[in-house]
Amino acid sequence: MTLQPQPVVEGSVRLLEINAEIERVQNSIAETLSQHSYSDAAMFAIRLSLEEAMMNGFRHGNLADPSKFVEVRWRIDSNSANFHVIDEGEGFDPGAVPDPTLDENLEIPSGRGLMLIRAYMSDARYHDPGNHLEMTFRKVAK
Amino acid sequence: MSTETSRIRVTDLSGVLRVEFVDKDILDEAAIRQISTELLKRVEAAPSPRMLISFRGVEHLSSAALGTLITINSLTKKRGGQLRLSDIKPSIMEVFTITKLNKLFQIFETSEKALEGFGGK
Repeated sequence: MTLQPQPVVEGSVRLLEINAEIERVQNSIAETLSQHSYSDAAMFAIRLSLEEAMMNGFRHGNLADPSKFVEVRWRIDSNSANFHVIDEGEGFDPGAVPDPTLDENLEIPSGRGLMLIRAYMSDARYHDPGNHLEMTFRKVAK
Repeated sequence: MSTETSRIRVTDLSGVLRVEFVDKDILDEAAIRQISTELLKRVEAAPSPRMLISFRGVEHLSSAALGTLITINSLTKKRGGQLRLSDIKPSIMEVFTITKLNKLFQIFETSEKALEGFGGK
C-alpha cells in the first residue's frame, strides 16, 4: 500500500496575547501534524515548544505590551515541522540565560521555557538580534 | 469538604489539601495566575500546610505552571509544611525530568500512595 503524500502546509499569523487565538492556532497546527502522521509524543513536544516560544515572545520580548504582536510562521511536511516565532522586542542573548537545572537554580521559578524548547525540538536557534526564534522538529533524527 | 473554583478542585482530607485540576491543559498564563493565587492563599491559611497536587487528567503543562509549583513548594516548606505531587502521566513526567525538578519535588505514582504517611485519609 502506498500512502498518499501529504502536501506541504505553510501558514502564518500575527498574534496579540489573546489566549483563545493562541489555542486556535495550536489546534490548527495539531490538526496539520496529525494529517502528516506525527506521533502523539511529537505533537506534545511541538505544542509545548510553541507555547513556550510564544509566551517568551509576549513576556520577555514584548514585555507584556498588549499592543505588540508575536508573529508565528510555520512550514510542515511529512518529515519535519519548522517554526519561526518573532516578537517586537529588542532581542536578548540566549547564552546569558542561567542554567535552571543547576542545584542552586532549581528553586528559581522562571527560566525553563527555552531549555524545554531545546530539549524537545531537533533544532532551535535565535536569529539576531534575538527576537526571532527558529525551531524545527524532525521525525527521525533528533 | 470540597470546594470548586473555575480551575481547581480542593478537597480537605483530614488536614491534607488535595488539589485536582479542572482543565487538561495548564498552559494559559491567566489561568495559571488564578491557580497560583488560590493555592498560595490556601498555603498561607494553614499553620503547617500539607498539600497534595494530583495531575490526574492533565495532558499539557507549561514552564509557567512549573514556576507556580516551585513557588508553592517554597512557601509550603517555609511554613513548616510539605507539598507532594501525584498521578503525573509519563509525557509530563518527562518535563519534570528534563528540568530536573523531579529532584526538587516529592512525586508519587498515585494519590493513594502520596497520602500514605501524609496524615490524610
